[in-house]
Amino acid sequence: MAQYRNLWLFAGVALLFILTGVLQSWNLSLNILNLALLSCIMAVGVNIQWGYAGLFSTGIVGSVALGGLAVVLISAKPVPEGWSAGGPRIFGALVFAALAIALAVWLYRKLKPGSTRALALVLYLIVAFFIYRTILDPAVIAVESNNPAQAGNIGGLGLNSLLSWPVGAALAAAAAWVIGKIALGLREDYLAIATLGIAEIIVTVMRNEDWLDRGVKNLIDFSRPWPVPKEVDLQLNPTFLEPVASLGLDPVTASTIMVKLLYATMFGLVLVVLVWGCERALNSPWGRMVRAIRDNEISSAAMGKDVKFRHLQIFIIGSAVVGLAGAMMTSMEGQLTPPSYLPLRFTFLIWVMVIVGGSGNNWGSILGGLLIGWLYLAVEFLGPQVMNAITAGLPSGGLKDHLQDTAAHMRLLTLGIVLLLVLRFAPKGLIPEK
Amino acid sequence: MDILNALVAFLNFVVVPGLAYGSQLALGALGITLIFSVLRFSNFAHGDTMAFGTAFVILFTWWFQSMGITAGPLPTALLALPLGILVTIAMVLATDRVVYRFYRKQRAKPIIVVIVSTGVMFVMNGLVRMIIGTSEQNFSDGQRMLLNPQDFKAATGLAEPLAIKTTQALSVAAAVLCCIALFWFLQKTRTGKSMRAYSDNEDLALLSGINPERVVMITWIIAGALACIAGSLYGLDKSYRGIVYFSLLMPMFAAAVVGGLGSPVGAVVGSFIVAFSELIVTSAWKKIFGYLVPADWLGDGLYQALSTDYKVAVSFSILIMVLLFRPQGIFGGK
Repeated sequence: MAQYRNLWLFAGVALLFILTGVLQSWNLSLNILNLALLSCIMAVGVNIQWGYAGLFSTGIVGSVALGGLAVVLISAKPVPEGWSAGGPRIFGALVFAALAIALAVWLYRKLKPGSTRALALVLYLIVAFFIYRTILDPAVIAVESNNPAQAGNIGGLGLNSLLSWPVGAALAAAAAWVIGKIALGLREDYLAIATLGIAEIIVTVMRNEDWLDRGVKNLIDFSRPWPVPKEVDLQLNPTFLEPVASLGLDPVTASTIMVKLLYATMFGLVLVVLVWGCERALNSPWGRMVRAIRDNEISSAAMGKDVKFRHLQIFIIGSAVVGLAGAMMTSMEGQLTPPSYLPLRFTFLIWVMVIVGGSGNNWGSILGGLLIGWLYLAVEFLGPQVMNAITAGLPSGGLKDHLQDTAAHMRLLTLGIVLLLVLRFAPKGLIPEK
Repeated sequence: MDILNALVAFLNFVVVPGLAYGSQLALGALGITLIFSVLRFSNFAHGDTMAFGTAFVILFTWWFQSMGITAGPLPTALLALPLGILVTIAMVLATDRVVYRFYRKQRAKPIIVVIVSTGVMFVMNGLVRMIIGTSEQNFSDGQRMLLNPQDFKAATGLAEPLAIKTTQALSVAAAVLCCIALFWFLQKTRTGKSMRAYSDNEDLALLSGINPERVVMITWIIAGALACIAGSLYGLDKSYRGIVYFSLLMPMFAAAVVGGLGSPVGAVVGSFIVAFSELIVTSAWKKIFGYLVPADWLGDGLYQALSTDYKVAVSFSILIMVLLFRPQGIFGGK
């Protein structure tokens, strides 16, 4: 029985999705499945950081947002007027900023330590910042004043959004390199605090820099990732309509389900490849070394392992996986809505998935992703129903309204309690590490 | 060239708000640093503890208002504050008993307890949303201004007004009182000394017969009370939204780390460093400069280094600089 336990667990989760499909609708079930699969990929990424190396990052939402930004840059519609108004100049300003910081780092290493160096560098950075703003500001104003109702941004490359997936991973990896360089190797809480901050900055940038992604005005209409067609095109395609008609299905419903199935297949494929790679890595000498570092840093360092470098490496790989999932999510949704990048949804929910599933175990992360992903989204339709049933006997009035309103907030409380219970009573999670 | 007006504008836009905001941060950061030095973990639930306490202060304020009890020129919330503090203390003690004590007995790694504290954060956030919702609540009443800008202009004849809100003055006063009480407690009383001893060296403290559970309990009581006061003052000053307090975590952590995690003096100094940096970087300096140089020297710019949306970037940059160059903080924490 015991060896089939994991299979039973997965079967149970599958049953949840099937029940949702039968009792509610298959569209809803597949929708939840797709988002849950994306959460699984994020959970695998977090598990790489936490499960393999014991790195606690509270900035998952930043990687997810950077993935979304990659989709904007690669596959948003080009805005030639916006780009020519100030695109190159903005790019120049960013290059200037990068060079200025690189020079500061170089100077810091070259100059003699002391208060003169500190003062000189601070002055240099302040001057550099104002030069950067003088280059940047006119360009930003020019770009944002170009047709602000519809554009006002520099536009993307207009390429297929499948191409943005690896770019999302690369962006997240680059950010992880910077933050890892700074915060790794200090107390472990500092990584948690620093990542919390950088994630908040990334999301703030995306919310406010209209020239980049139109900020809170949202960007819509990204191209679909190859080979997913648009529902409207599918409904006009005879090769799709004939078999649908012969099965006696409604072409509109069938086309939406078809598209979602395609997404599910693509996400599933990515997940399978990822897990295969992770399992190979975990069972290789590299995996043993990484776990040895996690379990005892001092003795691994004594064996000649470069702990800081390995931590940085794992931190980057994990963030890249999360960035990949972020790009996949934005390209599926076809739009970027920066206010939706909430730390509770994308940082702490993913954490709950990893810990409930079983930290250190890839299958655990997947199970946690599917189960918690289903729970989180299903509460949206289950919560009000349950609350309606509970309050059915009450007379309508303030208390009933208040109780029904609270149903919407139940899931935070539930998630917190689930996390605390698992940490306390089953710290190894549903599928423990072998 | 009008130095006096420039000075008043500087006071009005930077110094007064900075002192008030710094005081609110200091009360929060003190709690974080105390919990760190005694319980040895970074408490991610602290922001939501503040929100939780404030939610109850608001409820009690409404109750008092409905009974017609007010504090005259002061906000009614001051009367409700003691009750709110009691509820917050009860909550953190219950959390400690149900959640944290288990990990303390196990001597779990600090990072595990940090994760546990995010779980507590979830629960508290959920409770706050259920109790008071997510919409904005304004619970400030009484006299709004301690120093009315019109009165100031009439009295001094300057073009620039200076305004001090009652809540701003209250924040500074509360921070000063709490700091005096706390430092007196830590330095002079037996319990305070046992707390410091425990935080310096746990094993030695245990050997000399200090009861760890008592030290932990007192730490929670102080941290909970400070959190409730800080949250209420921030809510009075800026109007209350339960979800805002999560984003106060970053400046509070930055303040605690700048001063040196575990050092109470450091937390207070760090809070003012963070608060004033935020204001200096995100204020529009055009008005102040306008008094100092001829008008046609300044162009159209606002002379604002960063927009106010990037406040978090300021506290983050301070945090990063400290982590890079002086990880033990100014006053040498742990």
